[in-house]
Amino acid sequence: MGEVIVITSGKGGVGKTTTTANLGVALAQLGMKTCLLDADIGLRNLDVVLGLENRIVYDLVDVVEGFCRLRQALIRDKRLEGLSLLPAAQTKDKTAVTPEQMKAVTDDLREEFDYILVDSPAGIEQGFRNAIAGADRALIVATPEVASVRDADRIIGLEEAAEIPPARLIVNRVRPGMVRRGDMMSVEDIVDILAIDLIGVVPEDEQIIVTTNRGEPATLSSGSRAGEAYRSIAHRLRGEEVPFADLEEAGGFLSRLRRIFGQT
Amino acid sequence: MLTLFGRSPSRDVAKNRLRNVLAHDRADTSPEFMELLRQDVIRTVSEYVELSGQNIDLKLQNADDHVAIVANIPIKQLKRRGRPGNN
Repeated sequence: MGEVIVITSGKGGVGKTTTTANLGVALAQLGMKTCLLDADIGLRNLDVVLGLENRIVYDLVDVVEGFCRLRQALIRDKRLEGLSLLPAAQTKDKTAVTPEQMKAVTDDLREEFDYILVDSPAGIEQGFRNAIAGADRALIVATPEVASVRDADRIIGLEEAAEIPPARLIVNRVRPGMVRRGDMMSVEDIVDILAIDLIGVVPEDEQIIVTTNRGEPATLSSGSRAGEAYRSIAHRLRGEEVPFADLEEAGGFLSRLRRIFGQT
Repeated sequence: MLTLFGRSPSRDVAKNRLRNVLAHDRADTSPEFMELLRQDVIRTVSEYVELSGQNIDLKLQNADDHVAIVANIPIKQLKRRGRPGNN
């Protein structure tokens, strides 16, 4: 039986979709059968980030409305064994799917896949409610900005209220140089404020923009710092201990971070 | 910690502002939290003090660089308590 993990943030534009795509690639690289589910109905994007936009025939709403079978709507990524996408509908809106229907779809996907990553839309309305409906656990993506951290805190509260086990945090777009100069909150600051468990730190990386332009997630090829960070997160999702040592420039604050998390 | 120009690093400012705004957000989005706290304060204080009714007022207030829980607790009288060892 597969595990359903929802990727949330509250605020838009902090990297939920990029995180979903890259984590999916990293998990499939570990040999896990992984399905990425775009829950952002009406604002479909996971397909273009993955470079699979030309292969869509059916979508999530078609499955829910019974126009096709689940298997027909799944797109297999030919570049990477084990990775599939269930795209959102682009012409409908959030109300086209109910939380119960969403749960039914994720439960069906569990039969087939080891991991189902659900890319939640921004906000706290029905799209978000749908995205968390079938989730076993949640990841929260936040950037080191006040608006993002504030929204993350709200999402953590809502997920607690929905009785999803405590979410784990991915801090995205960290710029170690700015942190050292006192111009950006550190990972430690954010963990301290949100009081949740950290699962990953992704540095700001221009390669994310370049690879997304091409529809080839950074994690597909080696050599990008962000890609390395996503691979570490995939290992941690599997329950393995990986030291938080990904940011070579990070010096001071990461060594403190390692002390906090008991890794020397 | 201040910079050359006498201003705190923006990192610290962000942290403090977030702490304040989240205290209010959490209190606003979880009225039951404030109610539980109020009930607990009533229970604890009434061990020492005879309260004048149950109308204690509890709210978050912004101070300069922190948020405070400010309580207004009308009392009838303090309870009589011997010093330890005297009774």
